[in-house]
Amino acid sequence: MTVKHRIIADLYKDSVALMVISSRLLNVDGIDAASVVMATPTNVENLVHAGLGGHAAVRTSDVIVAVAGIDSSCDAALELAATLFAEQPARNAGAVAVAPPTSLQSAIARDPAASLALVSVPGEYAAGEAMKALRLGLHVMIFSDNVAVHHERSLKQYAASRGLLVMGPDCGTAIVNGLPLGFANVVRRGTIGVVGASGTGMQEITSRIHNLGGGISQALGTGGHDLSDEIGGISMLQAMRALEHDPDTEVLVLVSKPPAAGVARVVLDEVRAMRTPVVVMFLGADPATFDDGVVRGARSLANAADIAVALAIGQPASSSAPDNRLERRRLLDDAVARMAPGQRFVRGIFCGGTFCYEAQLVCLGEAITGCSNTPVAGNTVLSDVNVSREHTFLDMGDDAFTQGRPHPMIDPTLRNERVARDAADAETAVLLVDIVLGYGSAADPASELLAVIGRAQVEAAQAGRHLAVISHVCGTDADPQDRTAIVAQLDAAGVLVASSNAEAARWAAYVANGLVR
Amino acid sequence: MGCVRRERARAMKEITEPSMRDLFDHELHVVNVGLSSFAENIAQAGGEVVDLAWRPPAGGDIAAGLTLAALVNEPVVEAANRVAFGRYLDAQPALTDVLLARDAISALHGERRLLHAGPPIEWAHMCGPVQGAIAGAIVYEGWADSPTDAMAMAAAGAVAFEPAHHHGAVGPMAGVISPSMPVWVVENTTTGNRAFCNFNEGLGKVLRFGANSAFVIEHLRWMGTELFETMQATVRELGGLELKPLIAQALHMGDEAHNRNVAATGLLLKRLLPALLATEAPRAVLRRVVDHIVGNDHFFLNLSMASCKAMLDAAAGVAHSSIVTVMARNGVNFGIRLSGTGDQWFEAPANAVDGLFFPGYGIGDAAPDLGDSAITETAGLGGFAMAAAPAIVQFVGGTPADATESSRRMRTITVGTNPAFTLPALDFGPSAAGIDARLVVDSGVLPIINTGIAHRDAGVGQIGAGITTAPLGCFVAALDALARTVGAGESQ
Repeated sequence: MTVKHRIIADLYKDSVALMVISSRLLNVDGIDAASVVMATPTNVENLVHAGLGGHAAVRTSDVIVAVAGIDSSCDAALELAATLFAEQPARNAGAVAVAPPTSLQSAIARDPAASLALVSVPGEYAAGEAMKALRLGLHVMIFSDNVAVHHERSLKQYAASRGLLVMGPDCGTAIVNGLPLGFANVVRRGTIGVVGASGTGMQEITSRIHNLGGGISQALGTGGHDLSDEIGGISMLQAMRALEHDPDTEVLVLVSKPPAAGVARVVLDEVRAMRTPVVVMFLGADPATFDDGVVRGARSLANAADIAVALAIGQPASSSAPDNRLERRRLLDDAVARMAPGQRFVRGIFCGGTFCYEAQLVCLGEAITGCSNTPVAGNTVLSDVNVSREHTFLDMGDDAFTQGRPHPMIDPTLRNERVARDAADAETAVLLVDIVLGYGSAADPASELLAVIGRAQVEAAQAGRHLAVISHVCGTDADPQDRTAIVAQLDAAGVLVASSNAEAARWAAYVANGLVR
Repeated sequence: MGCVRRERARAMKEITEPSMRDLFDHELHVVNVGLSSFAENIAQAGGEVVDLAWRPPAGGDIAAGLTLAALVNEPVVEAANRVAFGRYLDAQPALTDVLLARDAISALHGERRLLHAGPPIEWAHMCGPVQGAIAGAIVYEGWADSPTDAMAMAAAGAVAFEPAHHHGAVGPMAGVISPSMPVWVVENTTTGNRAFCNFNEGLGKVLRFGANSAFVIEHLRWMGTELFETMQATVRELGGLELKPLIAQALHMGDEAHNRNVAATGLLLKRLLPALLATEAPRAVLRRVVDHIVGNDHFFLNLSMASCKAMLDAAAGVAHSSIVTVMARNGVNFGIRLSGTGDQWFEAPANAVDGLFFPGYGIGDAAPDLGDSAITETAGLGGFAMAAAPAIVQFVGGTPADATESSRRMRTITVGTNPAFTLPALDFGPSAAGIDARLVVDSGVLPIINTGIAHRDAGVGQIGAGITTAPLGCFVAALDALARTVGAGESQ
């Protein structure tokens, strides 16, 4: 076997595009390994580890094509790579192809009405792109993560002094004037504004508001670090004020992991002074500590949506869904009854970080303590993220799993592999999974998962076991994937579908506690 | 009900931050910087989105990228650029005189000093063609008897060397200007600044490509006497010639005023001829002078260069301006100067030239990119006006569409366009002008330069022509220096 390389100087391609090319190269007969990457130090190191090292000197702006296999196949693969890189949309003979803009300034020249930049470049470049956008008078959403805190602070201070909003870094979701930005669900426009430091938390709330018949005026993200002492909630406060003054916003929902104490005080003081009714969801904080009738504290993401819709339509919250609790309890009891003696543990394997977080909180409330790669207070750190232990709650979107890979919401392959692995564990009783719909998410998020689960159930049955598979689907019927269709698909496969992430976690805890009794 | 409540809410709510109100009150227009799938989603949802073909700015240099970001739309820089660009646009270059270099440039008066192309460089580091041209110029001046002696003299430090740009002068290829050579005197009649360029020798074995045989020296002596005297008398007889309209006309006739000067040379001859005849020079002299001009399609190049230098010198020295006022190559490095950073040069190794070679020569024979002629691109001509001269893109197998695209692309790295130089292929739109170093570093779009290719060895001459680009490193270094002046300005 030989290893061959081709260096393409000064070519930038995002990792997704490069992975598509890698996969095409792997399909070449006689190729055992192929990797096409930007020549960052990390990627170069990874190539060495993958046995694909030994290329010529590179700069970080270069692309490395590395292939291993039969000598002639390597040459063929390198040729194919060159062809794929050169592929361009066909252009009319004689016509002048208008090159796409390569800088923010040229983009604004093309569309002088531009008002917002959506930045999703690698983290080390995101601060620069965001600063340029701000200096050019654009609001900014920074999807990228790994932006240094001092950069975040200076960006937000600069923006605030000019009346511009910075959403992010690490802001996965926003809906501005009805347009989905990043990962976002299709929801009707309405009177409820959402400001959140949690991407999937905002997706859960906005989707549920839609599903309950409500609508969203604006959903503005702040990024996960905004409510830290270093940043002081600059974006959260700006967004709150903007929505307080927005005539289309009649109810406001704030969602975040618990802020730094000082920041929480500032935010809550400001909330109390606002005319707009505000629902606050600080994940893991006891709502009783700040719910005073003026500020409404929510118990869960779903509960926050329920309260907001009730406020918006002027009546107390009530579930529009028929009460099928007894029916569900029977199904859960039935699952418990079919389990083998050694089956004891919940294995929560999540795409959404906030779903993993909230599920742990709910389970803790039901006396289920466990391990996690992102543990809440009360749970322990999973020492080896690749091996589940006892009750385990995994955020598959965590850095440990996404280095050089797409997020599991885009490509759930890694998550599904982990589901298969945990399903084969004789101690697993419950598989708890989330399915996130909407723009940005996988076009078909369920089929591969259901195939994995189907095989696992067959193998479990052969071993005298039965797995309870509990899921929740975050999204709406207006999403490209269609929530109703996905739920029907899951139902048909015997998956127990809860109406919210919190409910799914409660079911999982119910099963685990039933097994103990 | 809901409607009434909404109205009341509107009435009650004060006006918030105007820009946040703007965000909510207008249809969202997004610039997508990164994952294209996000742009596709926005478009699918019915939104307006421009998707950048993003690549890391500053060639991936993160610190330089942040320096650039801090200069984008910086009011001090924007204001300075308006001033500098205005001076460039207002400049009116006119051919006013012909002088010997020692009478035009004080640094060449009574000194053993030679000017050369590009940024400063030591004798030992000069490329073959420049050393050859310097040796020839030393012999021409009579400071040494042979090129060999001349080389020894230069190596011994007996002759001073300075960039022509340090003295308001420019020269194509090696760009060597010695005291006894004639120079065109081009004056910006708006402000009175003057620029100088030597005479074009013609093609074949010529000093500017490093040739220095007895034949070359003999030709230089004729140019320094008979041609000089005749041209001086002609220009003085003519009483000056406005060059901007002449260049503009040539752009409509297939020239780009750098690597194609056929039309401009014809137009110049047309303007000079009556005055030339009026000098009543002997018929034999007239024949030799006219033969020289009509036998060289690049005769006008040196006037184009002096015009560009005069226009850009007008724009130089505006504190904090990021406009490029010089791009020049010494055969080793490419150097630029910004209006806002004074006399500093910012250098990087010259990029390779993509082009066609004369039979028998190839890329291995080529000297690195050379000459002050990139002053034409700096002024919005040459590669920037490629749409005017589709013939040039054939050097790199291009089509007229490619030429048009090149000129359009250059508009993305300039602060504006020059309405004096219009391009028929761009619907008579103006040529891109006023290269902004910030835009180059940000977009990675490099200034296109049309150029000749010299043989790497002294004395062989031109072996081809083609297209190259200015290296990014110059612009990155220049921005770093500019940022420090802007930062210092703010702290004062």
